[in-house]
Amino acid sequence: MHKYLPHTREDIEEMLKITGAKTLDDLFSSIPKNLKMNKPYAIPNQLSDDELTRHMQGLANQNRELIIFRGAGAYDHYTPSVVKSLISRQEFLTSYTPYQPEVAQGTLQYIFEYQSMVCELTGMDVSNASMYDGSTATAEAMFMAYAQTGKSNILVSETVNPRTIDVIKTYAHYRNIKVTIVPMKDGMTDLTSVSKNVEDTMGLIVQSPNYFGVIEDLDGFADIIHQAGGLLIINSEGQALSLIKTPGEYGADIACGDLQSLGLPLSFGGAYLGYLATKMTYVRKMPGRICGVTTDVDGKRAFVLTLQAREQHIRRAKANSNICSNQSLMALAVTIYLSTMGKEGLVKVANESMKGAHYLYHRLLETKKFESVYPQPFFKEFVLKAKFDVAAFEDQCLDQGILGPLLIGDNQLLFAVTEKRTLEEMEQLVELVVSCK
Amino acid sequence: MKYYNKLIFEMSKSGRIGYNLQSKDIPEVSLPKHLQRETKANLPEVSELDVVRHYTNVSQKNFGVENGFYPLGSCTMKYNPKINDELASLSGFANIHPLQPQETLQGLLKIYYELQLMLSEISGLKAYSLNPFAGAHGELAGLMIIKAYHEKNKDFKRNKIIIPDSAHGTNPASASVCGFETIEIKSNPDGTINLEALRSALSDETAGLMLTNPNTAGVFEKDITEISTLVHQAGGLLYYDGANLNALLGKAKPGDMGFDITHINLHKTFSTPHGGGGPGSGPVGVCEKLVDFLPNPIVLKEGQRYVFSEAKNSIGALGLFFGNASVYIRAYVYIMSFGHEHLSDIGPMAVLNANYIKDSLKDVFELPIDGHCLHEFVFDGLKDQSSGVKTLDIAKRLLDYGFHAPTIYFPLIFSQSMMIEPTEVESKETLDEFIHVMRQIVKEAKETPELLKTAPHNTIVRRLDEAKAARHPIVKFKDIV
Repeated sequence: MHKYLPHTREDIEEMLKITGAKTLDDLFSSIPKNLKMNKPYAIPNQLSDDELTRHMQGLANQNRELIIFRGAGAYDHYTPSVVKSLISRQEFLTSYTPYQPEVAQGTLQYIFEYQSMVCELTGMDVSNASMYDGSTATAEAMFMAYAQTGKSNILVSETVNPRTIDVIKTYAHYRNIKVTIVPMKDGMTDLTSVSKNVEDTMGLIVQSPNYFGVIEDLDGFADIIHQAGGLLIINSEGQALSLIKTPGEYGADIACGDLQSLGLPLSFGGAYLGYLATKMTYVRKMPGRICGVTTDVDGKRAFVLTLQAREQHIRRAKANSNICSNQSLMALAVTIYLSTMGKEGLVKVANESMKGAHYLYHRLLETKKFESVYPQPFFKEFVLKAKFDVAAFEDQCLDQGILGPLLIGDNQLLFAVTEKRTLEEMEQLVELVVSCK
Repeated sequence: MKYYNKLIFEMSKSGRIGYNLQSKDIPEVSLPKHLQRETKANLPEVSELDVVRHYTNVSQKNFGVENGFYPLGSCTMKYNPKINDELASLSGFANIHPLQPQETLQGLLKIYYELQLMLSEISGLKAYSLNPFAGAHGELAGLMIIKAYHEKNKDFKRNKIIIPDSAHGTNPASASVCGFETIEIKSNPDGTINLEALRSALSDETAGLMLTNPNTAGVFEKDITEISTLVHQAGGLLYYDGANLNALLGKAKPGDMGFDITHINLHKTFSTPHGGGGPGSGPVGVCEKLVDFLPNPIVLKEGQRYVFSEAKNSIGALGLFFGNASVYIRAYVYIMSFGHEHLSDIGPMAVLNANYIKDSLKDVFELPIDGHCLHEFVFDGLKDQSSGVKTLDIAKRLLDYGFHAPTIYFPLIFSQSMMIEPTEVESKETLDEFIHVMRQIVKEAKETPELLKTAPHNTIVRRLDEAKAARHPIVKFKDIV
């Protein structure tokens, strides 16, 4: 019949007898006749495994693998072989949400390790088991602030990734939350504007390093927001957290963001994962699964989903979030990546990205083809304003197999450099720029 | 196997490393002090072999589909073909940046486009957007579409979503998150919609009705045509929760039943790995009049080129990029490996397997809904309950016998629910073994009920103290040390 359908004709006959049905179609007697399909699906022919492999290889070849100088939320970092190898183990890959903890200690344990690592990175008290991506994690952080404060206005800094802002706006609109964008000053969130608008809001969402690569100095933000009764939500991508002052150190109430930069392939934008971490005070407003430690009847240490009274399957219409499935396997990948890089390696790889970005930044300025846009310290992304016609620049880069910077308007280009970019590749880009008119 | 109880943090030794990274010969850079974190994140310091052994040992504390039968109702735990994983990780898919120019992405965009079309054909809806990351995310997208549609018609009072009490918890939660009020209506004894209850719930404030069909008890809504007429006459829209679509493959299409919006769980019906709780994927599909509201972006074909396009009245963006691309590739390969020749066999085989188990065991388990079921069915505990053995005990005892337990205590319409979904991939031999063990458990319930009430006995840990975990939350390594 088919390799994924094991029954022989005899099996089907014997089984039908037990059910009392004469034919397979009899089993569907509850479906009214006029609703039954009367012709086969108009989908392609079955392909053999060999044909499928060739077909997919052909499709893969129609996508270009490039030397990447673009980030804006997705970063071309190196993934150690152990990550892919270990997350492919079927015990991790093919199981589901750990509803039966006695046979899901593997999943529960790595979730616990993942939560521990997220708390280390962010300086927060408690993390959930993962979110879909950085943008939806941020929208969920907004829902937490909404539930906590009861206020229906939120401030979002203009320096947040515009794609994240779009998602925040989508989520906000349908829940009748009003989003106010706080203007920036010199590429950073303007604290004066925050102070002016903070009254009667649920708080502020700010990103660091922000969309322009700038590391925001968030000293003093928490005080001003807390005095007005709101929550401070800081969005950071994972790798940056190894170097920059943590959300916890800034007194943030919620930390969120994307962790793709910690061991996940670019994969055309997914599957990635978001993280969400908070103070213990707000744990009951937190969406998603949380894993905790307990003991079994013999006193053995064991892991279990906990504080489930927050979740949709218990609270239903009263739940603060509808999260059910998350990105568990991606959380495992990040956990393995962070174990492999470890305390020192993670800092090293982040430093390598940062120094590469600074090298390229200076080399590009030396060409006199750019001017600097923001004077602030940056991490692995930066913005330069081109003095040449950028319209043709992308294609010129592509001709050389390079994915150049992202045009973000007004001749401004957003560059990203990771530890994977070699000196030769950076010099190749510099040379290309020199030839631009 | 030995009980493995170490955390990766507990293996850490200062100075040990697991990475191999060269430093470029360019100037070092450091951040100004006031922007630096005070101390390094306290991550483990372990060798590469430590990592490999540790996570191999950890994995062995899990039960997966390849270990054995996993009849978790409504989760459609079918085999995840190896070829899907292999082809999804080709470097021409894995190393592609989401913000590359479209002419460098034609292979991926073609997959998106064709998968959109295939899902349309399979479900009978006009168009799909693949973006939602999971089933619940697809529900949210669908509800946003409902809201956007009524807002577009300036029909602002439609703020109520009707949901039967047999629905998954995500349905009412999604409705609330989308800013709707939920009206829960009581189901018929078989979990189907009670038409009287529906009629009295419908009004000019009705935004829509969310329905899972077949429902969570594995029963097809025989009155679906009338339900559809009633909802539409009241000015509402009809939402199809695709969690149970597997049953209908080859037999019926939600679009033909009058559904306006669907989401499809690719990780259920189309066999993408559940990954211990994700990544899932919940593409959202709509009928013709709602196409302009789909979440952005969708992929269109213009001449021989595939392009991203934005819907005119789109509900907006739902993620940073374009959903879980690596999941779509697997689902696409899965559908192509069946083709029109065999995709239609899935529903009948899944339904046969469910009925076979049900009819082989209904003399000893309480079957609240008689007659043919579709892809799953519910037992309401043991027929003979004199021993005091509960559904929980049966589930735990199954673990001892090397099976995963069914979904238990759901749907909420029965007190001892045990929801069994075998899927089409299981052979008669596997089902017979399961039936045999279930009968053995019935026997044990009578003869040695304590054995069940204290099960499991053969797993690496036994029953857990869940109350303790909630009373004193220990949610990170730092809380232990």
